[in-house]
Amino acid sequence: MEALKQELKEKIIDILNLEDIKIEDINDNDPLFGDGLCLDSIDALELIVMLDRDYGIKLVNPKEGKAIFQSIETMAAYIKANRTK
Amino acid sequence: MSENKTYIQSICMIQNNEIILDGKTILKIEPTSFSDFSKKAYQNFDVNYPKFFKMDGLSKLAFLGSELLLKKEIGETKENNIALVFSNKSSSLDTDVKYQKSISDKENYFPSPAVFVYTLPNICLGEICIRHQLRSENSFFIFEAFNPAFMINYSNILMETKKADKVLCGWVEYFDKEYKAFIYLVGKEGDFEHKIETLKTEYNK
Amino acid sequence: MIREVYITETNCITPIGFDVAANIKNIMGCVSGIQLQHNLQLMKTPFYASIVNNEELNMAFSKISLTENYTRLEKMMILALNPIVKESKLDTKTGFILSTTKGNITALENPSSANFKKAYLSQLAKNVADFFGFKTEPIVVSNACVSGILAVSVAKRLIQSEMFDNVFIVAGDEVSEFVLSGFNSFQAMSDLPCKPYSKNRNGVTLGEATSAVLVSSHKKNAKIKIIGDGSINDANHISGPSRTGEGLFRSIESALAEAKINTNQIDYISAHGTATSFNDEMEAIAFNRLGLENVPVNSLKGFYGHTLGASGLLETVIGIQSVLERKLFISLGFYEIGVSQSINIIEKNEDKNIRYFLKTASGFGGCNTAVLFEKVK
Repeated sequence: MEALKQELKEKIIDILNLEDIKIEDINDNDPLFGDGLCLDSIDALELIVMLDRDYGIKLVNPKEGKAIFQSIETMAAYIKANRTK
Repeated sequence: MSENKTYIQSICMIQNNEIILDGKTILKIEPTSFSDFSKKAYQNFDVNYPKFFKMDGLSKLAFLGSELLLKKEIGETKENNIALVFSNKSSSLDTDVKYQKSISDKENYFPSPAVFVYTLPNICLGEICIRHQLRSENSFFIFEAFNPAFMINYSNILMETKKADKVLCGWVEYFDKEYKAFIYLVGKEGDFEHKIETLKTEYNK
Repeated sequence: MIREVYITETNCITPIGFDVAANIKNIMGCVSGIQLQHNLQLMKTPFYASIVNNEELNMAFSKISLTENYTRLEKMMILALNPIVKESKLDTKTGFILSTTKGNITALENPSSANFKKAYLSQLAKNVADFFGFKTEPIVVSNACVSGILAVSVAKRLIQSEMFDNVFIVAGDEVSEFVLSGFNSFQAMSDLPCKPYSKNRNGVTLGEATSAVLVSSHKKNAKIKIIGDGSINDANHISGPSRTGEGLFRSIESALAEAKINTNQIDYISAHGTATSFNDEMEAIAFNRLGLENVPVNSLKGFYGHTLGASGLLETVIGIQSVLERKLFISLGFYEIGVSQSINIIEKNEDKNIRYFLKTASGFGGCNTAVLFEKVK
């Protein structure tokens, strides 16, 4: 799961254009939305696309996204359990 | 028509890896991509606004030009009512093409909301308003070429009917690596009369 | 002395009629243009949308021109303008405004530099303008979903500045794969016909249409007077509206101040009502902040879907008929209030004498436009 978390940190920085953020800056349990990385609603939608494109997970109910994207830790756990790619 | 004269208070021009503010070059770098150039400008002027890197080319261009003109303007006055009247030829075509590519391959079909949102030219106005907290009149127009007669009429009537105290006018063209921003602030006082000939001369410099 | 400005001609081309009368007849009969579409070129799965019939469109167009090389959107726009431009003298004091969000965006489906040229909005405007012989430089308003009503405001302002005496406006957008996929990526499309202001509403239904009006400084034959406007940005987020409806609130305030009337004089509101969770909630908040919660309000998106760059103008044209025919039209698709603050949704067609009506719209980029109209004595 460590490799997956690293991969997710790289992807988030790239996909969401987080210019000044480095992988070392993102802690596994930091909140991604709200106070943490200050991601917004468009970022959440991009992460839903990423789940589908890179891990073959289609979110049937996008409202689930809030819980899944809480932190790198929760994302990695969800992907590990549900990935089809 | 206007009995009330208006004046061009400051001008910012961005093209060919150069930024000129009120006739003075304040940044010029060796030819490079707009992405690179805009990043250098961002760093050079201490913009300090991470959302900048989520913007598309058109929004970055409009944002940078406006930043330089509004920075001093908004610092000095508590309340401001600065309208935004921007225009270009290509609308959001540069990003439209990028978005279209993302939906062209049916085997690899993952439309991006972060790209789609920039497929409207007025988004750049939203970015400027958010940055400077401008709750003011704004509209985006498309013309074959910069249209000073229209810009003068429209911005003047906004000020005359008190819909705005000042108007930030812009031509922000961005398509396929070619870009030009000609952004200027118009108000009720100043040294340079807001006239078609003046605008044409400045635009063509 | 600032000039008075009127709308003297109106027309529309929609899935429920190729003129205003046909549209009103269908609205009175609660006939919606929204249908389940099976079009693999637009979307892989069936979807609800309001789409103009191609055979009817081509047949109608062939009656006014046999030229084949107009795009589908251009044909719709020319058809909308044709009856109202026909008799007019087009001189240098006659302006031409075209309102659209994506124009001929379908040209990008086959990438080539010739097709990129077709996608230019100024080219679209030129093609339509040249059909009629307009003498002035076309002005394109492309400001997301407020474009159609913003164009009315721009026309009024240009007439007040005396740049023009008359301005023709055409507004239009098509349902395209480009836009369908985009709204889908935003999870903003409803799986069923849209339900503005309703509980469990879950997004827009897209639509296409064109609409045209003549805005004039001449009072003769005027259908309505334009008395105030405002287009204020939320300065909040590029895709989500302000939670306090700040931009819409200020836009309506600006229009009221200019018109010198109070909120309690407004008889009817034609609102935006796209049926997304956020938009409808924002409007309810803004209307309540202004004390407009008891004014009869509808969204016409239940009849037409969200027609993007056409919506503001098309819905204004129908609103003008509400005034002329003394009728409030049902807010189709509404079934149970689903916004946190109460507003007075029109639940059935009914008679009402309307003196002042307010048209509002909001869009991506945090834009909002409000225009106030007054019945002509």
